[in-house]
Amino acid sequence: MAIEIETPSVGLSKVAVSETHGEDSPYFAGWKAYDENPYNEAYNPSGVIQMGLAENQVSFDLLEEYLEKHSEATNWGNTSCCFRENALFQDYHGLKSFRKAMASFMEQIRGGRAKFNPERIVITAGATAANELLTFILADPGDALLIPTPYYPGFDRDLRWRTGVRIVPINCDSSNNFEITPEALEAAYNEAESMNIKVRGVLITNPSNPLGSTIKRSILEEILEFVTRKNIHLISDEIYSGSAFSCTEFVSISEVLEARGYQDAERVHVVYSLSKDLGLPGFRVGTIYSYNDKVVTTARRMSSFTLISSQTQQLLASMLSDVEFTQNYIKNNRERLRKRYEMIVDGLKKAGIKSLKGNAGLFCWMNLSPLLEEPTKENELALWKSILHEVKLNISPGLSCHCSEPGWFRVCFANMSEQTLEVALRRIHDFMNKRECMKTIV
Amino acid sequence: MAIEIEKPTVGLSKVAVSDTHGEDSPYFAGWKAYDEDPYDELCNPSGVIQMGLAENQVSFDLLEQYLEKHSEATNWGNRTFGFRDNALFQDYHGLQTFRKAMACFMEQIRGGRAKFNPDRVVITAGATAANELLTFILADPGDALLIPTPYYPGFDRDLRWRTGVKIVPVHCDSSNNFEITPQALEAAYNEAESMNIKVRGVLITNPSNPLGATIKRSTLEEILEFVTSKNIHLVSDEIYSGSTFSGEEFVSVAEVLEAQNYKDSERVHIVYSLSKDLGLPGFRVGTIYSYNDKVVTTARRMSSFTLISSQTQQLLASMLLDETFTANYIKTNRERLKKRYQMIIDGLRNSGIECLKGNAGLFCWMNLSPLLEEPTKESELILWKSMLHEVKLNISPGSSCHCSDPGWFRVCFANMSEQTLQVALTRIHDFMDRRKAMKTSN
Repeated sequence: MAIEIETPSVGLSKVAVSETHGEDSPYFAGWKAYDENPYNEAYNPSGVIQMGLAENQVSFDLLEEYLEKHSEATNWGNTSCCFRENALFQDYHGLKSFRKAMASFMEQIRGGRAKFNPERIVITAGATAANELLTFILADPGDALLIPTPYYPGFDRDLRWRTGVRIVPINCDSSNNFEITPEALEAAYNEAESMNIKVRGVLITNPSNPLGSTIKRSILEEILEFVTRKNIHLISDEIYSGSAFSCTEFVSISEVLEARGYQDAERVHVVYSLSKDLGLPGFRVGTIYSYNDKVVTTARRMSSFTLISSQTQQLLASMLSDVEFTQNYIKNNRERLRKRYEMIVDGLKKAGIKSLKGNAGLFCWMNLSPLLEEPTKENELALWKSILHEVKLNISPGLSCHCSEPGWFRVCFANMSEQTLEVALRRIHDFMNKRECMKTIV
Repeated sequence: MAIEIEKPTVGLSKVAVSDTHGEDSPYFAGWKAYDEDPYDELCNPSGVIQMGLAENQVSFDLLEQYLEKHSEATNWGNRTFGFRDNALFQDYHGLQTFRKAMACFMEQIRGGRAKFNPDRVVITAGATAANELLTFILADPGDALLIPTPYYPGFDRDLRWRTGVKIVPVHCDSSNNFEITPQALEAAYNEAESMNIKVRGVLITNPSNPLGATIKRSTLEEILEFVTSKNIHLVSDEIYSGSTFSGEEFVSVAEVLEAQNYKDSERVHIVYSLSKDLGLPGFRVGTIYSYNDKVVTTARRMSSFTLISSQTQQLLASMLLDETFTANYIKTNRERLKKRYQMIIDGLRNSGIECLKGNAGLFCWMNLSPLLEEPTKESELILWKSMLHEVKLNISPGSSCHCSDPGWFRVCFANMSEQTLQVALTRIHDFMDRRKAMKTSN
């Protein structure tokens, strides 16, 4: 009998075999359960309702109306020169008309309280790419970015996987509504130092994911003072800026900078995208807006690896330079999201569940800690599993967002119809009733 | 008088400050000269003609015809997978119809001599992204890829900048038409070893840029045997596969693998893109096709940083699944490129200039070594400068492609009208006449 010598399989890189892609986390188990048994009003009314996906589906009709009225936005106006030019355009500066339209849109979202220069806009295929790109530019492998908890689970992969950069958490908790404090910033910085890790910057998401609330002006000023003192960078991911429920509650870092004559602005970089505000995650439209010339130049060169399709740039240049459309969109989108938010918060309240007071985003930050037997991660996970399998709702557990306090959950409300949201709230209500009954009996 | 203490500027990463982006090379000076004085048939007939840009503009009319007949490809019609679903689709698997269309198109280009499974197609925003992504997956920082010279100048940035991976050249020269030999492969491998660098793979471009020639089947078999014996990877960038002048001359590594029943195929990965064959560089459409399951899975996850716009995937799925269109396009595109190639070769020959025998691509590999005072890089650069400033042609010097034989130049012929090409050939003819005259008088 011949001894079979196995040919050694050809090796892959350390990055390839590492688990920093994050897909083995329990977080993805919820997706799986949904995929295997997805709720459908007509065909599968007892299926799992997806409440773990931060998508904005409440304003599509406004986009569809625009497209119907403006076919030239998608067919190159039936002029051959337009198609050719557009198809050939691979300049990493990005279409000028598109950059102008994005700058204009970002200004409108901020109620004109900050100006954006189209020449500082760098295009990337989504905010995922923008955040990774900035990380490559601002930090070396082994360095760290400080990020307030709880934070978007995707950051673990986006900021660390290929870059080799670390995340050191800035711990926030419910004692003060999860607000970022100077003490927490200092503590995180010192923690990094004690591990001999060089801190290169702070990354905030404003409005916050998963909190669903905006950061106060005074806190932005404190953060700016902190990064200036440490001579490090500040990235402000403002991907939900157009999803604040009212125009005036959201304060952008750009407004704070403008108010002080752009002093110390060279360390600040804003990330934006149309995936949430406009509900276009498939189109891969992200931008980096940096006040630092060298960062703009370098980011532009690096964006060669992740440019936006010129076809898509053209469509959006058209749409976003239509001020009538954008003003109407921004206004209506805010109102509809606020309405959804109120609906879910009221529904939860009736079921005896409290949420963090929110004012932005596509989700609310729900407090189920009273339901935990003990305030532990394991208990939170057990509760999450029963909500997934019994209540048939996929919601995101706080621990996947690195929340230091167990029992909090992110619940999305904009990726479904009002009817479906109603069904979800009823299920939660019944679930809470059952628990009340069980408590009484015990 | 107060002493002004300058505040330390906030630092950037090593990657950010390195010059591996490559834009300080003389190569870019040609671009600058063109930008400052671009040729225009009517408005600027004495301007610089851009012959350094490998774009395909000869077949746009076919695309435009298709778009005119099929408006539903760009306006989402009234179909089940309409605007909303498309706008929301951000799944890194990519649109199933798009992957099917790409697999189909790749099969057609190879005359059905190889099959492609849509589930092995990974989408990326261009071949630039695909090549970098594969490098991240197959090699660690400090490792090397072996690449035959002369090669596409962009590789220096694409494969090395953010990855930290090195390129060790596989030297090819005019003694045998720049073909890749087993000796050259071994020599390159040994050179890397002597520098204590771990070789992780070989990257070939087939058809070759800048040679404009396909790699023989026997050479492909030798390369495959080499990488198998060293247990390393093979990346085959087949971006010009649809631009061969005849259907039969191009042999893809996919065909070689199929003929040997996919033995040892787990080390092979093919890169493709629509930027050259279809003339759509702006749309950012690239793919990785890997025979290695782990590479497919990992590449798919990593493609999150560089997905193709779902709007663009939709358009191309439509177009490329139309076999009447694709069969006609592939055939006509080949014929037109062949005609252009003939035109430029004849024109150059009439001027007393020889080129490498080519059979593919958007450029020819021109031999001006007889014109060099000395066979050195410096002489080549001087000749290049006079071509740029006297003859007003921007062509690419072999040294920018790491060619070991001085005096060779890449001349693009598909990014302009026939009339403009005629003007360029006339200028070259006059230039050569002047030189002859000067020699005679000396």
